[in-house]
Amino acid sequence: MAHAKLTRSAQDTRLDRQIGLLLRTGTLVSAAVILLGGVLFLVSQGHLVPEYHVFEGVPDHLDSLRGILSGAFHFQPIAIVQFGILLLIATPIARVLFAAIGFAVERNYLYVAISSIVFTILLYSLIRH
Amino acid sequence: MVAGFLGAMTGLGGGVVIVPLLALAFKIDIHYAIGASLISVIATSSGSAAAYVKEGFSNIRIGMFLEIATTLGAMLGAYLATSAPTKIIAIIFGVVLIVSATVSSRKRPPETKALPSDPLAVRLRLDGMYPIDGEMQVYSARRIPLGFGLMFGAGTLSGLLGIGSGAVKVLAMDEAMTIPFKVSTTTSNFMIGVTAAASAGVYLSRGYINPVIAMPVTLGVLAGSLLGAKSLVKAKAQAVRIVFAVVIAALGVEMIYSGVTGRL
Repeated sequence: MAHAKLTRSAQDTRLDRQIGLLLRTGTLVSAAVILLGGVLFLVSQGHLVPEYHVFEGVPDHLDSLRGILSGAFHFQPIAIVQFGILLLIATPIARVLFAAIGFAVERNYLYVAISSIVFTILLYSLIRH
Repeated sequence: MVAGFLGAMTGLGGGVVIVPLLALAFKIDIHYAIGASLISVIATSSGSAAAYVKEGFSNIRIGMFLEIATTLGAMLGAYLATSAPTKIIAIIFGVVLIVSATVSSRKRPPETKALPSDPLAVRLRLDGMYPIDGEMQVYSARRIPLGFGLMFGAGTLSGLLGIGSGAVKVLAMDEAMTIPFKVSTTTSNFMIGVTAAASAGVYLSRGYINPVIAMPVTLGVLAGSLLGAKSLVKAKAQAVRIVFAVVIAALGVEMIYSGVTGRL
């Protein structure tokens, strides 16, 4: 019993470390993309003074995956920022997927199932509306 | 925009400060303020997780299991927020600020001794070990349904108000489930990002994530957490915590006042 716990703990630590690396990389990449988009945005229209308290929603194409990707692909600064934000949202989602794989390697099928439930909820929140 | 960046840089960070700052000082619609705050909450959680992971306190199994509750709650909260009027959200936000100010100024409870395991915890393998005074101490979660329910509530608050609601998460794990405090806080930080991602998805697809607002806030918070994290961790003196609690409570009163008088 004690031995089994120790082994599990060692695996936990390895998994934790890999997940930590994934989170840090994801955050840094997203930040770089957001910064790039932000700089391009300021260069292209930083002289405009925006009205912030009257909102009519974001442009239509910035609330869907396809819209953001196509905008970023065409180097629209604001779509690049939104793409970076999307990457940031995707980072913890990737961590759940990564954990599920880690649990599968450990043959911890109960937690493969639990991670999959969380992953499904996250995908649903992002995609289906 | 520059001011938003500076505001986030002041080191206060966290959703509890960002939303009132954007809504009260910059007169930004509270829905967009919450959307931007959620993004910054994800950034903070993911960015600081690497540091916590190194300490080896966080329990990924407990975190993952409870994330079922927090993500479902977060989606509910996000649906409520995107259909609720600004006034209501502002008042709830104010109440939560005052409550969290009270909770954070309270002293940390002493470490609990090892208690007999809960059968449900054994079945779900909600146990682990953490180093205490150089020795590995075994712990196990208890009162799982209560903790799970509280986590659902924490998720709902997070999605509704764009905050990490780490305090409620720690309360659920530390007090309800008798998980050691250090494990609770680090696991909670781990969970915050996943929880916020669930509600951020709803906000994004409903058009409440505005890149022009989220960009400076997120970059500011990230820069702040990368540069200032170390010094902030050290500056945990009781005096700092009291000042912080007073500021939060004052913001709470201001939010309720603005909500009631309809100035937002």
